[in-house]
Amino acid sequence: MADAVLSTSSRPATQIQSPPKKRKGPRDGAGMLFVLPGVLGLLLFSAGPLAAAFYLSFTSYDILNAPQWIGFDNYTRAFTSDDQFWPSIRRTFLYVLMEVPIGIVLSLLLAVLLNQNLKGTRLFRTLFFLPSITPAVAAIFFWIWMFNPYFGPINYGLGEIGIWGPDWLQSTDWALPSLAIIGVWASAGGTRMVIFLAGLQGIPQDLYDAASIDGAGPWQRFINITVPLLSPTIFFVTVLSIINALKVFTAVYIGTDGGPAYATWVFGFHLFKQAFQFFQMGYASALGWIFFVVILAFTLIQFRLQSKWVHYEGAD
Amino acid sequence: MAATPITTPRAPGAGSARIGRLIGRTLLYLAAISLAVVFSIPTYWAVTGSFKTVAEIQQIPPIWIPETWHWENYKRVWELVPFARFFANTVIITVAAGIGQVFTSALVGYGFARYRFRGSGVLFMLILCTIMFPAELTLIPTFIGFRELGWIDTFWPLIVPYWFGGGAFFIFLFRQFFMTVPGEILEAARLDGAGHFRIFWQIVAPITKPAFAAAGIISFLNHWNDFLNPLIFLNSTSKYTLALGITAFDTGTVGIVSEPRDHLLMAATVMMTLPIVIVFFFAQKYFIQGIATTGLKG
Repeated sequence: MADAVLSTSSRPATQIQSPPKKRKGPRDGAGMLFVLPGVLGLLLFSAGPLAAAFYLSFTSYDILNAPQWIGFDNYTRAFTSDDQFWPSIRRTFLYVLMEVPIGIVLSLLLAVLLNQNLKGTRLFRTLFFLPSITPAVAAIFFWIWMFNPYFGPINYGLGEIGIWGPDWLQSTDWALPSLAIIGVWASAGGTRMVIFLAGLQGIPQDLYDAASIDGAGPWQRFINITVPLLSPTIFFVTVLSIINALKVFTAVYIGTDGGPAYATWVFGFHLFKQAFQFFQMGYASALGWIFFVVILAFTLIQFRLQSKWVHYEGAD
Repeated sequence: MAATPITTPRAPGAGSARIGRLIGRTLLYLAAISLAVVFSIPTYWAVTGSFKTVAEIQQIPPIWIPETWHWENYKRVWELVPFARFFANTVIITVAAGIGQVFTSALVGYGFARYRFRGSGVLFMLILCTIMFPAELTLIPTFIGFRELGWIDTFWPLIVPYWFGGGAFFIFLFRQFFMTVPGEILEAARLDGAGHFRIFWQIVAPITKPAFAAAGIISFLNHWNDFLNPLIFLNSTSKYTLALGITAFDTGTVGIVSEPRDHLLMAATVMMTLPIVIVFFFAQKYFIQGIATTGLKG
């Protein structure tokens, strides 16, 4: 700072004289200095731990004793002898399959509603948005009370229309769908809705006007204008939503503790248990790497598929 | 606008079109209102429940508006559980981590937005890729590392990492904002002899306050709401954050074990949520703008 102030008088002359090419040198250095914290963070808290986890995944390590090299044993254990490995992956995918499509459709619906210039839009937006900023811990407790089989409002409401409600979080069949409902509630009106809303507001009104003149109804306009023009946003949002849903953890930890009878024992929870309850750091690292590869594969597949349905302006 | 000449053929059906439109609007309002109600019920149920007795919570049919408001539930939470301690711990962690996160991610975002240097593109992509890592994977070696440093059961693991660039999302957010700053302003400042950091801090930062506000709020939410990291790094009750403290209150690790305590837990969750809601109401605009910016201009 002091340097900059002191050099004010002398610098302009040299700066004006020097050609742009020469100025590039010091600028490069400054740019690197700006991104330095990020580079250190990448090394210390991402790349470093990733490499360490990769090494650990070939060891048996309980934190107290030095890691012992055991080759591919952790990976063979995961794929062949771990009872909960494949089931936990299946449950995680089931969760994603329930939460993501419903969540995205609902987010889009909310965004479309907010984009209609209804009276009270600000109030609606706030009410839709509040669940997403509610602390996860609080949100899960809210739903534990909602889902209470005996005196929760949901089963009361179902009873009123003659349906005997399930035990929700305490039922092997309904626990995972219940978690998906919590996930949808907590995410539908959040980031995703705001991104959709911004996307909707970027669609030129003329297109709708022109379509109306051609006799297109609201649904046709939605399918033929909104969806294609919004498809890059939908794609972006889908990728992020799947990554997030695959990581489901807190709701399981507080809401069901993986139960009942392992019904909600998802992969993230399995990994957490191995690492921080059984202190099998080597095995947990192997699980973590497998998890990472799964997430990566999913993301890449989606990028592959995007040319089939995502419409980019000016690309055709 | 261009439609004016074409309205003529539509004129005979204008009446029914107007009725159709009216029905459409009514349906839209119905949809918006019913969704707003559905979205609000869980929160409403907990907020009103926090003023009931246990017996009233368990009553069938449900009591939607408490007859007497039991404010003493809130007082009891503070008496039974070291709630003030949890609150203070959460505030300390949130503020200390948040400042680091916003300040360093702004620096890094500025570096990527305004400078081209060898490998900057690749570096930026690498940082973005970290969004895909499952937290648990990097948490294991990080946990081991912090354990070696003797930092387990201290606040350091919950603060220090955020002083290193603050993570991909925040870097991306700032980069998007900083790219919109007109280059002439920076060029003019440079010709006036301002140093790189001075340009950033005294010229760019003041005109991108919304970015700082958005990042600050999102960071505040993340740290206030975080559960996994405190769960792993903190052990003793006196170090607990609100998220951990409330969970411990539920399982009976702190507070009372024998009595049913749903009404008190409701009061506790409401108190944990309230600061978030207050912050959100004051900064709604920036918050939403921040999200929309990262989401759109990829």
